[in-house]
This record gives sequence, C-alpha cells and structure tokens, in this order.
Amino acid sequence: MNDKISLAHGDGGELAHRLIQDVFVKAFGHNEQAKFDSALLVLHSNRIAVTTDSFTINPLFYPGGDIGKLAIAGTVNDLAVSGATPKYLTAGFIIEEGFSMSDLKKIVDSMAGEAKKAGVSIVTGDTKVVERGNADGIFINTTGIGLIDDEMSLDPNKMQVGDSIIIGGTIGDHGVAILSARGELGIQTNVKSDCSILNHMIDDVLRTVKSVRIMRDPTRGGLATTLVEICDDFNVTMELYETALPIRQEVEGVCDLLGYEAFYLANEGKVIFIVGQEEEEKVLSILRQHEIGKEASVIGKVVGKDKGRLYLKTPLGTTRRLDRLSGILLPRIC
Amino acid sequence: MQEILKETSNPQLSLKLLEQVKLLAADYIKKYGRRPAFMEVCGSHTMALARTGIKKALLEHVRLISGPGCPVCVTDQKSIDAMIQLSEGDNQIICTFGDMIRVPGSKHSLMKVKTEGKDVRVVYSPLDAVEIAKKYPDKEVIFLGIGFETTIPVLVVALKMAEELGIRNFSMWFSTKLVEPILRSLLESGEVELDGFLLPGHVSVVIGKDSYQYLVNEYKMPGVIAGFESVEILSSIYKLIKLQLDNDINIINDYRSMVTDQGNPVALALMDKYLEPVDEAWREIGVIKNSGLDLKKEYDYLNAKVRFPVEVREPRKTKCRCGEIIRGLISPEECSLFAKACTPLHPVGPCMVSGEGTCAAHYQYMRED
Repeated sequence: MNDKISLAHGDGGELAHRLIQDVFVKAFGHNEQAKFDSALLVLHSNRIAVTTDSFTINPLFYPGGDIGKLAIAGTVNDLAVSGATPKYLTAGFIIEEGFSMSDLKKIVDSMAGEAKKAGVSIVTGDTKVVERGNADGIFINTTGIGLIDDEMSLDPNKMQVGDSIIIGGTIGDHGVAILSARGELGIQTNVKSDCSILNHMIDDVLRTVKSVRIMRDPTRGGLATTLVEICDDFNVTMELYETALPIRQEVEGVCDLLGYEAFYLANEGKVIFIVGQEEEEKVLSILRQHEIGKEASVIGKVVGKDKGRLYLKTPLGTTRRLDRLSGILLPRIC
Repeated sequence: MQEILKETSNPQLSLKLLEQVKLLAADYIKKYGRRPAFMEVCGSHTMALARTGIKKALLEHVRLISGPGCPVCVTDQKSIDAMIQLSEGDNQIICTFGDMIRVPGSKHSLMKVKTEGKDVRVVYSPLDAVEIAKKYPDKEVIFLGIGFETTIPVLVVALKMAEELGIRNFSMWFSTKLVEPILRSLLESGEVELDGFLLPGHVSVVIGKDSYQYLVNEYKMPGVIAGFESVEILSSIYKLIKLQLDNDINIINDYRSMVTDQGNPVALALMDKYLEPVDEAWREIGVIKNSGLDLKKEYDYLNAKVRFPVEVREPRKTKCRCGEIIRGLISPEECSLFAKACTPLHPVGPCMVSGEGTCAAHYQYMRED
C-alpha cells in the first residue's frame, strides 16, 4: 500500500476497496454490514435521537486527543446530553491528496478505540479524496443515532428558581490546548484537551437523579455561550458565581495574557447539568466518582423565570450580564 | 511568583480593600461635597475596572473616568481609512494586531478587505510579520504599527530585526501615540474636572515614574502608577484619594514590581535610534504637536508611508461620539448609538470594537439589561 493518500483512493476502484478493507473495516469491524449500500439496523425504542457534526480541527493531533477521538466524542456527547443512549455512528471522511497513510490509520484507530469505550458501533461510512490544496489534511463527519428510554425525564420547562447549575469539571482546557498546540501565540502550556466521551458518566447520573432538567456540552463558545442559549430558549435567568468556576491555573494564566475569559473558551469533555437544588449533592458525588468528573462543581443558580438573561456575579459582589461570544477571540494590543 | 499573582486578585483581600476605599471616599465627599474624580489613562485599566466590577462597585463613591488610553480608539479616522486603503493594494501582505481588524473605516474594515480576498493577517507580534517577510521575499509585507509607549519598543525591535537580517520587503506604517502630550492637552483644555490620574502600568514600565513629574510641577495633579489586578487597582485608587485628602500632590509608584524611576533604558535608546517625534492627529481632538513617533529619514526604506503613499478623503461625520468618550466628556451610555445601532458585532466606532475601548468595556462588563 502507498504511504500517502492519492486521488485513486477515492475513485471507487481497487485502491478505494483496499483502503476500506485495510483501514476502515479493520478498525471499525463491520465486515458483514459493509456488503450493503446501507447499514441495516434494528432499533428497540419509540424515540430516537439523531445528531450530526463535522470536524475540521487544526492541528489534527494535539495534547489530549486528535481529530478521530474528537469526531467520536463530539457526536456521542451530543446524543448523551440529549438524554439518549448512543448506539450507532456513521463516519464520512474528506481527505486531501497526499495525506499520510500512517496518520490516517492513527486517526481511524483512535476513532475505533473511543467508539469502543463509548459502547457505540460505527456502522457505515464514506471516503472522498480531494486534490491537494482543497482540504486541510482531513475532515471528518460523524452522524449518531441514540435510543431514548421511555422513562427519560429531562424536561427543561421544569426549570425553576433555585435550581442548581453544575459543571462536570474545569473549563477552557480544550481551547487553551488547541491555541497552544497551534503555536501561533508564542505560548506553551502543559494543558491537555479535555476531549472525552461523557455518556457513561451522564448515564450514572440519570439512573439515580430524577430532577435533571436539561444537560448541555459547552463546546465552541464555551460555558457562557451555552448557558445564554438555554436562558434564551427557555426564558430563564441564571446567575454564575465567578469565584466558583473551576479553572486551571495555566488556563487562567493564558486568559490573563491574551485577554480571554475562560467561560468563552471551548470544552470537549464537559457537561452542564441544571438540576433541582435538593439533588445537587447527589449529582456532585456521582460525577466525582468518575476520573473526568473529579472537579465537578456547583457554579450558579436559576434566579428568575422571566427575562432570559445570564449574569455573572464578580468577587466584589457586582453583577455583569454575559452574552454569546461575539466574533473571533482577538488578543489585546497593549 | 504564582502565589504573588494569586494574591493580587484575591477576592477576600479585594473585598476588604473595596470597603476601605469606600470609607476614605466618604471622608472625601464629606470634605468636598462631591465624589473624587480620577481618570484612568490606559485601555487595559478601563477593561480591568469594568471586568472586575470595581467601577460598578464604586459608582456612588468614586467617579472613574476613562481617558484616551485605547490606541486604536484615539487614532484619527483619516489614518484608519489610510491603513484600510493601503491594505487594498496588490502583491502585499498586511500584518496587524487583532484589534484593528474590525475597526470601521469610512467605507469598510480590514475584515471586509480580507474577506474580499486580500492578504490581511492578524499576528501576535510584529516579529511574526518579519518572519512572514522572510518567507515571502516576492511580496511586500507591511505592518500596521499602532500603539502607545508600551507597544512602540516591540515595533522597533521588529524594525531592528528586519534591518539586521537585511530584509528589504518589510516596512511599517507608523501611527503611534505618546502619553505625555495627550495628558497635557487634556489638562490644558480644562474640559474635565479631575482630582488625579490612575497612571498606566505598562507604559510606565517603559517611560518610568520620573517622567510624570510635569503633572505635579506644572498642573498640580497627583497620579498613582497602578497594576492591573483588582487588589492593585483598589490600592492605587485608595492612594489617590489619600493624596488629595492630605493635599500631598505627588506621583506614587504603586506598581513597583514592574516600574522603575527611570523606565527601561534599553527600550528608550532603541526608540531613540529609529524614531523621532512627529505631530499626530487624534480622533476628534486634532493634531497635537510632537504627540507621536515615526521613523527617522534615514530609515525611509522601512517606512510604509514613504514607500506606499495613499491619498484619502476627509472622512464623513457619523453620530458616533467616540471623540467625546476618549476625552472623558461622556460615558458610553450617553451616546444614542450605544448597544443599539453600535454593538461589538456591528461597531460604528473603534471604542466598541477594540479590546481596550471604553464602549466595549461598558458593553461587555457593565450592562445589566
């Protein structure tokens, strides 16, 4: 086999067949299903969740993950925070001519490993190769199907004043890890991306906690943007406590240097729970039993059911309204 | 070091200090019948005062007025238009700090020029622009050099690097500003009533504490050089009130971990080697004599203004009141465009888009509704 992807790998002929057999089928292990034009699935549920996401991250490999791991975790997490049990994924690849075969294998193996951890099967896929210069190495799309239990009790309309806002751990790790891995900012950190599947941890919470109103994973736009969306969509007003936000010291350092705020930086392995205050301790103790939930914290409260605003309480006791992240994150100039 | 840094933003310490400032301000109000009024002259202070909540927490106690400290905001509209027009040329790469990219010009912004296909790049240091020039010897690489004394030494280091490496396709468009001339101009105009200056920590690292003596000698105006964390800023505000209460008109260096009496002699010497004072136009203030620095004649080959001259028309007036805001005459909320027609996504003036702008600070950190 060539050690670089050529246009012929995407032409549907012999090389394409070999690529599918030797790389994808070998890693994802769906030999039988690969014989049809579609994956044929049997689903035992009245309600199904479907989500799709495309991944174009640069760099492809970064401390704490790679585009493959991200492509699985991103879609699995979108299903999990919707209250669904992730079951099946599809994977579409757009690869740039000349892409290294060994990098492709690394990415595909990483996907297979993460899918196994999440308990999902990758049942169908597609590969296209585009001319050099028409893509940045590799883009991946994954679509996920999950089953929703009849008993699933998430109901954002039940959010009420006093409900607690809980975050699964430190914020901004992914954003800082990627900024630093790009090497454009002249900063080096030891921060690793938090990229991780969340479905098992979420499942543990949902099995015993009945008052979870809504869950979200705060990816692009960060914690603040995600919460503003919830406030906006369901007309609730929330207050975050600046001093309660779990932020790594290195992340805080980068924010200070570049003028960023950690609650606008991306996460890839964090979940927000809005939960009845009476069960906040229970949620925290379940989250903290998981390695990825060790630093779970209560970070705020639902304080109103009218205006749909998000406020931040500063250490000096003043409040400040938070909006969605606007535009690109730009560094200050002096 | 980390521990010291942690202490300067310690929430309990900040809260205690805040109470002390309020008590002292009460003494001042009792004595003079009004709040003490201080101006911060640094965009980073404007941001920090708003972000930490200090400005809001002290609203009833101390009048904190934002001054002309945001380099992009004080840049004359005609200069902004010239830089945008410059970027529309061919066979060139324009490099800029991020703050400039969305600043509205009379016609459009650098962002628009970039979207239309011109090569406009955001760099984090002018040295990166020199590297780009090295990498693309067939292109002219032009850096838009905007900034106060904090930034100017970094610009000069890039010039030095280009000179030493013999790079001939690199040049810089200077639009730099100096702190002293604008403070003098503000004080002489008498437009704002002030009781003291919260002096810029970063600029002072370069120019030193002694450079502010004219404030005391000629204008009887006290000043405190401040750091940027909540504890540091509150401490400096406390000291400013104290100076006024004790009638002790003086300059205090309250950022001694970074600022010396003489400033940074290496940086100052480098600036002196390449640059000379020039008259600069300030947004809606006009030309102030010797208020900026530009390249000396012998460095014309590094001077984008000489190598790529552009002609721009007089900009049209808009309803934007940035000019009054940077002079401390009004606060952003008094502008009819603020948070309505003018937002960070659709800025009408630079104060709303720059990371150091007063309108941006008020929009991001001080709105409740």
